[in-house]
Amino acid sequence: MALTDDDVRHVARLARLGLTEEEVGSLRGELSAILAYAERVQTVATADVPPTSHPYPLANVLRADEPRPSLTSAEAISTAPQAEGGRFRVPRIVDEES
Amino acid sequence: MTAELLTCGARELAARMAAGEVSAVEVAQAHLDRIAQTDDHLHAFLRVLSDDALATAADVDSRRAAGAPLGALAGIPVALKDVLTTKGVVTTCGSKMLEHYRPVYDATVVQRLQAADAVIVGKANMDEFAMGSSTENSAFGPSRNPWDLDRVPGGTSGGSTAAAAAFQAPLAIGTDTGGSIRQPAALCGVVGVKPTYGLVSRYGLVAFASSLDQVGPIARDVGDAALLLEVIGGHDACDSTSIPIPPPSYGAELERGVEGLCVGVVREFLATEGLAPDVRARVEDGIARLGKLGAELVDVSLPHAAYGLPAYYLIAPSECSSNLSRFDGVRYGLRVPGETTEQMMSRTREAGFGREVKRRIMIGTYALSAGYYDAYYVSAQRVRTLIIRDFAAAHEQCDVLVGPTAPETAFPLGSKTADPIAMYLQDVFTIPSSLAGAPALSVPVGLDDAGLPVGLQVMAPVLGEGVMFRVARALEADLALDPTPRGPNSLEPPDEEHDAGSDAQPVRLVP
Repeated sequence: MALTDDDVRHVARLARLGLTEEEVGSLRGELSAILAYAERVQTVATADVPPTSHPYPLANVLRADEPRPSLTSAEAISTAPQAEGGRFRVPRIVDEES
Repeated sequence: MTAELLTCGARELAARMAAGEVSAVEVAQAHLDRIAQTDDHLHAFLRVLSDDALATAADVDSRRAAGAPLGALAGIPVALKDVLTTKGVVTTCGSKMLEHYRPVYDATVVQRLQAADAVIVGKANMDEFAMGSSTENSAFGPSRNPWDLDRVPGGTSGGSTAAAAAFQAPLAIGTDTGGSIRQPAALCGVVGVKPTYGLVSRYGLVAFASSLDQVGPIARDVGDAALLLEVIGGHDACDSTSIPIPPPSYGAELERGVEGLCVGVVREFLATEGLAPDVRARVEDGIARLGKLGAELVDVSLPHAAYGLPAYYLIAPSECSSNLSRFDGVRYGLRVPGETTEQMMSRTREAGFGREVKRRIMIGTYALSAGYYDAYYVSAQRVRTLIIRDFAAAHEQCDVLVGPTAPETAFPLGSKTADPIAMYLQDVFTIPSSLAGAPALSVPVGLDDAGLPVGLQVMAPVLGEGVMFRVARALEADLALDPTPRGPNSLEPPDEEHDAGSDAQPVRLVP
């Protein structure tokens, strides 16, 4: 799979990952080589083989529904780069006119 | 006697402290001094916790004096990989993204170390977010191999294995997703264990690839590694992937020898192109020793193991791209301002992540994106099933499987950083057990022609840690290797020159 610069930019946008133009160029070659290598799995991964998501099967793991100590909201927010009024603060998401 | 305190190992230290021959404060101080003397060369630690360590040690001493019950690791220094959260203590994961991050809670592994009265001496260096095979991806500079300071210690737990090998701490905690405990253990000449997936809690482990990540012990001998796993293992309600079993116990099983066991020799591993001939020779010698000690040796095949590495390089990046989406400048870590939230996130992640992390996020995002999910991620998960079946078939015949841990010994710094796939090939023998969720360890098996350590890998079925330790211990006892790094460019071993309270005893380096 040979990627284009536009493929790289598109994936970077999906990942919310800023890249310099130099990085776009080098990643294009590196990702193409790594994906070409990884594509080897397709030669043996036939549809009759079920996929494994986790190696140790545990399902519906629940704990008892009992109150117990937990972080306060002040503690939970204490690591935030920016907080206000007990909430995480981020730049405006919705445009004023919308 | 300082040198002896550094070299004797965890169980011996525990016995000496219990007998009143030495205090926990003296033990902690000896290791902190050793770190101070050596870490400019080694850079095994990102942060040394001298004050906390001495305070914990003093508390152990006072409680011992009062006759209070003490934990299994009372007063034993432990190096902690900087990917496990420590309350109020900066936890960086080797990344600029978390350079100033002070977690608000302790990982379960940390809580268990504290409950066992261990003395955490510092946070160990690592490849950024546990991605790499050399520690060269640490945003804070690489660690070095105590056997040759111009070579890498392996990775990603290279700080932890270097610390144990250099006598900076008798025990260390690492994490292993595709080989990140076992490969650096092999390259540093120490014992490194990846336990069964789910045996050790991951609450407070900063996630990389959630279907693979596992925490494990590092030590200079098998018995110490088993002891540390007993302390950190067992069910934790805070981790929904934790296997519901009590803490394990291996003590009785360790010295039972290999007589009557069937040891499978993975022929594909020994025939792999790129396996260094002198590494192969040491591993074959180790296998032959197991035969002489009474194990039945049989050839086994893991026919799909060769697909493990390509499958891993779809599964791990896919899961990493999802897990690392949490580093978006909102809840913790770095934020680079932007006019919109999306711009803030993109700039933050551009500035905060290093090259390899970006590469993996990109691979994973691509592999999970619309139209490619089945062809990449699901195909890799199918290969995973095939590898699990391979192991199941092999274990019908054999109690454990053996082979090399890594294809070569410690390589020079900078020699693989330009070629991602060459670096990824370091994990070719360790990834199959990771994909199978099965335990595996690396135990030293001698030196290559250049005098660098070689590791032999022992792989066991799920929850088969007991028999795995038993085989490794038998080999270790038969080889009786000296773990002291030595060579023209190695770190200076502990000696009496730095011993403030020298009582002129000779330096005894453990066999």
